[in-house]
Amino acid sequence: MWRVGTVVALHDETATARTITFEVPDWPGHFGGQHVDVRVTAPDGYSTVRSYSIASAPSSDGRVELTVERLPSGEVSPYLTQELALGDRLELRGPIGGWFVWRTQQTEPIQLIAGGSGIVPLMSMIRTRASTGSAARFQLLYSVREPGAVFYRDELQALSDKDRSLIVTYVYTRAAPIDSPRPPGRIDAALIANTTWPSKLAPTCYVCGPTPFVESVAGFLSASGNGPNKIRTERFGPTGDRK
Amino acid sequence: MGAISRGFSGRRSPADAKLPPGQYLTTDFPVLSAGPTPHMPLDRWEFVIDDGTNVLRKWDWKSFRDLPTETVTVDLHCVTRWSKFGTSWEGVSLDTLLADVKSDASHAMARSYGDYTTNLPLKDLRNKQAWVAFRFDGKDLAPEHGGPARLLVPHLYLWKSAKWVRGITLMNHDKPGFWESLGYHIYGDPWREQRYSGDE
Amino acid sequence: MSSNSYDYVDGNAAAGDLSKIFAVDVTAAEGQCAHCGATKRFADAHIYMQSPGIVARCPVCEHVLLRLVNVRQRVLLDLRGMTYLSLDTA
Repeated sequence: MWRVGTVVALHDETATARTITFEVPDWPGHFGGQHVDVRVTAPDGYSTVRSYSIASAPSSDGRVELTVERLPSGEVSPYLTQELALGDRLELRGPIGGWFVWRTQQTEPIQLIAGGSGIVPLMSMIRTRASTGSAARFQLLYSVREPGAVFYRDELQALSDKDRSLIVTYVYTRAAPIDSPRPPGRIDAALIANTTWPSKLAPTCYVCGPTPFVESVAGFLSASGNGPNKIRTERFGPTGDRK
Repeated sequence: MGAISRGFSGRRSPADAKLPPGQYLTTDFPVLSAGPTPHMPLDRWEFVIDDGTNVLRKWDWKSFRDLPTETVTVDLHCVTRWSKFGTSWEGVSLDTLLADVKSDASHAMARSYGDYTTNLPLKDLRNKQAWVAFRFDGKDLAPEHGGPARLLVPHLYLWKSAKWVRGITLMNHDKPGFWESLGYHIYGDPWREQRYSGDE
Repeated sequence: MSSNSYDYVDGNAAAGDLSKIFAVDVTAAEGQCAHCGATKRFADAHIYMQSPGIVARCPVCEHVLLRLVNVRQRVLLDLRGMTYLSLDTA
């Protein structure tokens, strides 16, 4: 069923990505990792639907945040990141998804691995953990092309400074900052071995990003001993766009 | 109808473009697929015309490329609403491929590497209406667009132009193919906007 | 004969459309491929959405598990590619 959400806040995360906060009456709540379908309708009745991961933790005020990356040839993302204004209303369906979800009752160590905009659903899990005061052991491996592409950097810094049980490692694939401990490059087996929970601790792993990224990382996780039921994945398509 | 989203207009077309109803003009070439891109090496590629029981004609890549070809410029209309004008293709006409085929079949099922199928009246494959195309825009047809060879039937919606075509099966009556069996129109004329079964 | 063009998404992307039909979440469901017998989470199915409809394929053998088409106010669903789908109704 479709609910109408009103845009109550807008915040640029990077040069090409924007966080949109919707107020949705009767929002049933959600878990970190779930997504919504957003339906946009033109005056002539033409409509189209896109899926976006929820970025925010569940809250009691019926607010849902999405972080949308603008794709140059996209049909909907340019509208959402550039045209959409405060007070505008869109239709949302959800929350959707029961597998790629973190629940606070999970006590095992959690390994999060994000490729580009794949950070969004993982950030919802991290924010849920923070807002519930959970002490669950979280590690985040966050891969981006270059430093300007990072979402939520200050917030991730604050959370990991405050709380030693959230460990964040950045991976830069094209251009790394001067003080980066490693040169630019993709995630490989050695990086997985050095910066993720060892498989003998039986972590639950969540991998999200473009499809080739997810396949590659899931392959490394599997090769290092994590069973198929311990690796949960969400693929955003060849370039990171779901549609 | 959904609640209108202020400021959203979808993709727009110039007012004077001669588009079939409900279409918009695109200048790129969207890739739509129902499955993974097959990779068929040319030394194993075949195009087969059969009647469901007997092989009537068969070409391997070499004998296929020895056939006379045509270069055509056509407009493409996809049921997902985009149209692309003035696309240039080189291919072998189905008139050439069907030249020595004696059959009173009324329909044909185009079959692709992978599992895709689509059905057409046989007369829509004849009379300069259809090609097995292997070059697009002056270059070898790319795999994501159906290479090494695809069916090209521009007077119907593009789902009838089966990518990675491997042959046609002649039939005595119409049978729905991959999309026709799940809600899409059995014929698919974009000018009558025959998108879904039940459309007039 | 599958490709490495990675032009698919996964079962999570189809969940919204499938929520019109299934009362419970389908991404956590286990399904058995009718062609090769592999049993997998639906979230791991290879989903091709860039097409006139949604096609879900077995991640092992790439045969069609299910197809879904939205035709105006109707949804058409073909589930023949799965021997079964096991969903948690708790």
